[in-house]
Amino acid sequence: MRASRRPIPWHFLIPALIAGAGVLLPLAYLGVRALEADPRTLAELVLRERNLRLLLNTVALLVGVLLGTALLALPLAWLTTRSDLRGKRFWTVLLTLPLAVPGFVGAYALLGATGPSGMLEAVLGIDWPRPWGYWGAWGVLVLFTYPYLFLNLRAGLLGLDPSLEEAAQSLGYRRMEVFLKVVLPQLRPAFYAGGLLVGLHVLGDFGVVSLMRYETFSYAIYLQYSASFDRVYAAWLSLMLIGLTGGLLWLESRLLSGLSFSRVGLGSARLARPVPLGPWRWLSYPLLLVPVVGALLIPLATMLYWALRFPYENRVSVTEALANSAQAAAPAALVAVLLALPLAYLGVRFPSPFSRLLERTAYLGYATPPLAFALALIFFSLRGVPFLYQTLALLVLAYALHFMAEAIGPMRSALYQAPPRLEEAARNLGFGPLQAFLKATFPLLWRGVLASLALVFLSSVKELPLTFLLAPVGYSTLATQIWAYTSEAMYAEAAPYALLIVLFSACFVGLLISQERRR
Amino acid sequence: MIETAPNPQTPAQALEPVLRVEGLTKRFHPSIPAVVDHVSFGVAPGEIFALLGPSGCGKTTTLRLIAGFERPDGGQVWLGGENLTHRPPEKRGIGFVFQDYALFPHLSVFENVAFGLRNLSPARRRERVEEVLSLVGLTVFRDRRPHELSGGQQQRVALARAIAPGPKVVLLDEPFSSLDAGLRQATRDEVRELLKRSGIGAVLVTHDQEEALSFAERLAVMRAGSLEQVGTPEEVYARPRTPFVAQFLGRTNLIPGEAHGIEAETPLGSVRLAEGALGPVLLSLRPEALALEPGGEGVVMSREFKGHDLTYRVRLAGRDYVVQADPHCPCRPGDKVRLEARDPAVVVGRSGGEA
Repeated sequence: MRASRRPIPWHFLIPALIAGAGVLLPLAYLGVRALEADPRTLAELVLRERNLRLLLNTVALLVGVLLGTALLALPLAWLTTRSDLRGKRFWTVLLTLPLAVPGFVGAYALLGATGPSGMLEAVLGIDWPRPWGYWGAWGVLVLFTYPYLFLNLRAGLLGLDPSLEEAAQSLGYRRMEVFLKVVLPQLRPAFYAGGLLVGLHVLGDFGVVSLMRYETFSYAIYLQYSASFDRVYAAWLSLMLIGLTGGLLWLESRLLSGLSFSRVGLGSARLARPVPLGPWRWLSYPLLLVPVVGALLIPLATMLYWALRFPYENRVSVTEALANSAQAAAPAALVAVLLALPLAYLGVRFPSPFSRLLERTAYLGYATPPLAFALALIFFSLRGVPFLYQTLALLVLAYALHFMAEAIGPMRSALYQAPPRLEEAARNLGFGPLQAFLKATFPLLWRGVLASLALVFLSSVKELPLTFLLAPVGYSTLATQIWAYTSEAMYAEAAPYALLIVLFSACFVGLLISQERRR
Repeated sequence: MIETAPNPQTPAQALEPVLRVEGLTKRFHPSIPAVVDHVSFGVAPGEIFALLGPSGCGKTTTLRLIAGFERPDGGQVWLGGENLTHRPPEKRGIGFVFQDYALFPHLSVFENVAFGLRNLSPARRRERVEEVLSLVGLTVFRDRRPHELSGGQQQRVALARAIAPGPKVVLLDEPFSSLDAGLRQATRDEVRELLKRSGIGAVLVTHDQEEALSFAERLAVMRAGSLEQVGTPEEVYARPRTPFVAQFLGRTNLIPGEAHGIEAETPLGSVRLAEGALGPVLLSLRPEALALEPGGEGVVMSREFKGHDLTYRVRLAGRDYVVQADPHCPCRPGDKVRLEARDPAVVVGRSGGEA
């Protein structure tokens, strides 16, 4: 690809700028809003002791979940790549599946499984104490976010050059020492990448902490919004949460800088020889079963158990919620793709610091905790475009801006496969730049476009906090219904919604994996 | 497999071999032929030994068997009187330089070289690393990361890391193949010089005959898992034992003939033999062992001027011969010529057999 100084065609530049502005403006406005109060109130708001407690709670959850997922994902990744465990592919698929259960559905499932009236008590007679507070939120988040780290560590382990380990052995290191001294240090990028995803999930999570009643920034923002709506304080809480997210991103890039672990030399295609587990095999099974039972078997059993007890007369509201979800998610997918296409195109065909900056903006929208992003959009729309407030259009826009980053990936891979020569040939045959793109490149892009549409659609369907704050009054979707019923401990009523969301999510994960394979 | 008598002129050969490989055999699957088939050779202290062969002949597997990365199905590996056959690689004390160098990307040059020296005190370790780094001339790069070095520098770090713990033998797996042609010759000379100075025995695996001839003091030509011939480069080049060795090591003319004693009747006429033989034989005559004389049955097919010499292709009785002549030779394509053997021919097999 040429990195040239060709001028960027305006019909790509303008939509790209709109996309960037769509993310940045509301966030900037959040800052403006937060600074509105007079200095004394401001000092009082910012220096509240409660903020410190929220910060400690949020950080404690973040650190705890990162440690928990690392301790779970590392042995699982090693077992499924390097050991002589039988059925490695099968276990890998099974261990990736919890990704298909959004956190709040996981929380629903574990709450519905435990306690005196739970599924476990009713079916097996086990009165498992209901998870609550810190450990409840921790357990759910670890069980349902560890696959991010698991997949990254697997990729890291598979990408290692086996001759590095042989080199260490020829220099006198035993297998365990080789793992600690050579393998583990080289997995650092995988740890950071996976850890970042887990961390963003923890910081952005609203469903799990609210259902487990554990006070983090997200939960406090929600309480502010739903009860005493002190806008300035809510804006400050959002800013603090965004600051924390920014800190996480900064930390990750700091840790990653200077780590260039690309293979030195040609690298060999040889695969590492599997390590025999021997008697340890029997210890590996319980470890493999923890996530399978906790994040797959129990949740599915709980959903089915409660679905059988679903009050049938409520069925109309299920179809209504399904229709509402689709009605918001479908246009959102379309808008997101329209916004992301110019970004992907600029990034591939006109690589420059500017196009990278625009692309980063999209990722910024994705990384911003959804609750804070929703609040920013509310403030912005109230001041700038009041006729949009409390409309479906605003919800659609919020989904689109938030999930734009997901749409970039598949289209970018498709663009890399459509050589610029094709467009040049079209230009040579007398078509203008836009026509050339539509005639030569776009037909090759449709697969990528379809994948992007599907990704954004499915993400929007399972999105809770954005829907929660931005949906018009009385507009309930699958996600909001699960949350509402679960917070009232009405597990049977919530069951069909949960099953539907898991179905959608499973499609999402399947699609994501097939996209990864394509790359 | 053919063993050659040790050459009494190289003092290294008079010593007891430091590395001895006996009947080494490896098969990856019972149904396919062995990748390494009863391979035996010895390497004297400080000697540079090359395993030469086309790709897929089993030379890299042989090296990995010696290092312990693969387990042999038969045979033994001895180092300095100790049987290593069943020792894990980390307990062998044999250096290994990988084809792709396998430098640890997360460690600096200094840390890479120090990696195998953990049993030394920190002060001693520092001293040894400095010593080895100055030996390979990379002292100024000690704090660089591997990816910040050029290919030739990476190659020298890999060598430094392998020799730092003071092994008796280092194994080099196609160590120059990742370098571009310009750098290869210079790096090869440097590495050879280094190995000789440090007095460590070395086994080099390569498919490049020129590299093997110029680098090694002794070499073995390997084909389909077995050694075809072992000897000094001069011996193996001048006296190939098989048609394969004759053709793999430089260009040659394979000529059928009927031997009776120290001469043989061939399409070129009567040719002297390096060693006496009887009956139908296949002879090897190097292009430089042939000369062109004007007038005769041969026809010059092509003439290739190479500056310091001239290469002719001559057709005689339906057979093509390659002849290397001096640059003043006046013959042109189409000329009638006679071929004359200047040097004795080498018997490489029975005529009518492999050609």
